[in-house]
Amino acid sequence: MKYLDEYRNADAARSLVRAIAARVTRPWNIMEVCGGQTHAIVRFALDEILPDEIRLIHGPGCPVCVTPLETIDRAIALAARPEVILCSFGDMLRVPGSGKDLFTVKSEGGDVRVVYSPIDAVTLARKHPDRQVVFFAIGFETTAPANAMAAVQAARLGLENFSMLVAHVLVPPAIRAVLDVPDCRVQGFLAAGHVCTVMGAAEYRPLAERYRVPIVITGFEPLDILRGVLMCVEQLESGRHEVANAYPRAVRPEGNPAAQRQVAEVFEPTGRKWRGIGEIPASGWRLGPAYARFDAERRFDLGHITAEEPDACRAGDVLQGRLRPCECPSFGVECTPEQPLGALMVSAEGACAAYYRYRRK
Amino acid sequence: MTNGHPREVTLSCPLPLRDYPTVQMAHGGGGRLMQELIEGLFLPGFAAGRPAIPHDSALVEVGRERLAFTTDSFVVTPLFFPGGDIGTLAVCGTVNDLAMTGAKPLYLSAGFILEEGLPLDTLRRIVESMRQAADEAGVQIVTGDTKVVDRGRGDGMYINTAGIGLIGPRTDIRPGRVEPGDAVLLSGDLGRHGIAVMSVREGLDFAGAPESDCAPLHGLVETMLAADGELHCLRDLTRGGLAAALNEIARHAQVGIELEEAAIPVCEGVRSACELLGLDPLYAANEGRLVAFCPAESVEEVLHLMHAHPLAESPAVIGLVVDEHPGVVELQSPFGGGRILDLLSGEQMPRIC
Amino acid sequence: MCLGIPGKIVETFQRDQLPMAKVEFGGIIKDICLAYTPEAQPGQYVLVHVGFAINQIDEAEAEEVFRYIEEIEAMGAPGGPEASEAAERGGGGETG
Repeated sequence: MKYLDEYRNADAARSLVRAIAARVTRPWNIMEVCGGQTHAIVRFALDEILPDEIRLIHGPGCPVCVTPLETIDRAIALAARPEVILCSFGDMLRVPGSGKDLFTVKSEGGDVRVVYSPIDAVTLARKHPDRQVVFFAIGFETTAPANAMAAVQAARLGLENFSMLVAHVLVPPAIRAVLDVPDCRVQGFLAAGHVCTVMGAAEYRPLAERYRVPIVITGFEPLDILRGVLMCVEQLESGRHEVANAYPRAVRPEGNPAAQRQVAEVFEPTGRKWRGIGEIPASGWRLGPAYARFDAERRFDLGHITAEEPDACRAGDVLQGRLRPCECPSFGVECTPEQPLGALMVSAEGACAAYYRYRRK
Repeated sequence: MTNGHPREVTLSCPLPLRDYPTVQMAHGGGGRLMQELIEGLFLPGFAAGRPAIPHDSALVEVGRERLAFTTDSFVVTPLFFPGGDIGTLAVCGTVNDLAMTGAKPLYLSAGFILEEGLPLDTLRRIVESMRQAADEAGVQIVTGDTKVVDRGRGDGMYINTAGIGLIGPRTDIRPGRVEPGDAVLLSGDLGRHGIAVMSVREGLDFAGAPESDCAPLHGLVETMLAADGELHCLRDLTRGGLAAALNEIARHAQVGIELEEAAIPVCEGVRSACELLGLDPLYAANEGRLVAFCPAESVEEVLHLMHAHPLAESPAVIGLVVDEHPGVVELQSPFGGGRILDLLSGEQMPRIC
Repeated sequence: MCLGIPGKIVETFQRDQLPMAKVEFGGIIKDICLAYTPEAQPGQYVLVHVGFAINQIDEAEAEEVFRYIEEIEAMGAPGGPEASEAAERGGGGETG
């Protein structure tokens, strides 16, 4: 595949690793914000070929993993209603809520379906006029334009039987939350390339200035990630803290204005809880007034559903690099991949899950 | 940073629950849940006291003859997909399970569970596919059964086939014979069946998918058995893909398996579809591919024989059996590092992240 | 977090008032919504996420990392001050 295969060239990767090794003079903690980058780092074992000085800290950027328990419990409550078809992306259906996951609801008779695109959810509503189709709309900024279009399209088609359970989250507030923790050890960031494809780079500049950290917009293929690490190391070694773009083939400084306009028309900012991190103000989007009638939480009376994250989870410390997962008292005892206390153990890409599985070996 | 050992990281996000009180789709997905079901429920129920051998067929003795005996059920939706249909699968699947013991497949049974309202033309087409596949495989379908369920209680039709085959006197092919030093050979590229079926699933549909690799493998096995050198074990790749097959063998034989990712063939269409949907071809389903384990000195000869067979146009040595990390399959990345190739919980799902 | 896969636009069409395209990903063809890349033309590459093109691929910028690698390899001593300058020149620098 063009624009994919060539960025997986092992010789070119080794050139970049040599360049990083030649540039680095001391240890640096760099956080790759995005779970997709963590995924590639693990899949291609990039952390094993980087110089020892580079310590990659895996960030909170997996929307599936940070969706809080109570939101998943709401989705489960919706899916259990006989009139509802609940649909979402495949990876969302396996996330455990406080008691069960959506697949369990399906096995109990709930109508739960996987969709590839939000538009498919709208199509489902047209095909089943006698049912209520609820789309569990999760994602970061990257997914928001697509999810926004589902609402727009439902309005255009006058669909009365389509609604959305929205759990959108935003990356810059999460970066700020990581940096606001006292004695934060993250010295540089690889920002999530596809989020910036939509939103551009402007939001990151005040962060880089205020916290004096380099933020390098980075893609997802091995060469992209290594290029991002190199550009971050160059700034760190020369004491700079700028927003730089290591993913220029997909990210323009201004992002995608058409997508931003559509998102602004459909969504409005809101505070969100993050699994494993807690409440972050203005860290998400919900349906704004023009599309509020498609809000599943308004359409269905779900009662009062809350679920508390267990106190024992110290994901925040792990994210800061202050605690290795295996040093956490809950690790492998009451917190396991099957019964996770927090996001980092929920996600297979999370640091705790990775350590857990490695140690068991 | 990682003291040289690959970490075990499943490339799906996030980890699922495992303590289910009811049957989940993942219990049939060829992954960890299915393994738990077999080991925790079926084996204690049916095979208490006998050693559990994860072979594709049971080996039974009748008089002086050694027979391979197996059964398989087919529930694919939709019934027709690029490169085959449920009928082709029902014959090839059972023929292949027999062939993996080195047996010559002889007789099959066919049980049909039909849904009220299924067009008879559809049934006729599928029966014709089964006949063709059986002819191609040189087996006879000698007995059968038909049941009909209420409309809405089945996806058109389900088929069960069982089969028996005859094992030659000198043939001894089974997972227990796999030993350190064996090479791991793969007969062709991965994932065609899984992607072909996915391409016609409601809501996922895409064009240009490769055809299913669905094919009877007994002819290829027969060719390979002609080698003077030894063949220790054969395994056809089905649900759960290469990863599931190798994990099962590594666990049973208590050996480690080390794979070279770059040596594992995947065609462009499968690779592209996997990228698009966030799937890993190493876990994608196949219906016409096998892995073979043989000692180093036989590799060249076996590869040569495979090459000559049309169902193994691009056989490859993809890895090695080792003493270290028994029960664990490791994958060497072309970039130099490694990771562990674990079982998935169930079937792969398209993902967004 | 967000799968984004580059694909080539084969042909464009309208469906339910949405601009759509058949987009090819290494032989696989899928219907993709072009609402957010209205200028994209057949033959051009777009980055696709959950059925939507979220941007066009900048074909000139796509070569950047390879030019950079060529430069550092040609220099033979990667990481020296010259290489560092090359990195800044080629890397798009500050975009904020």
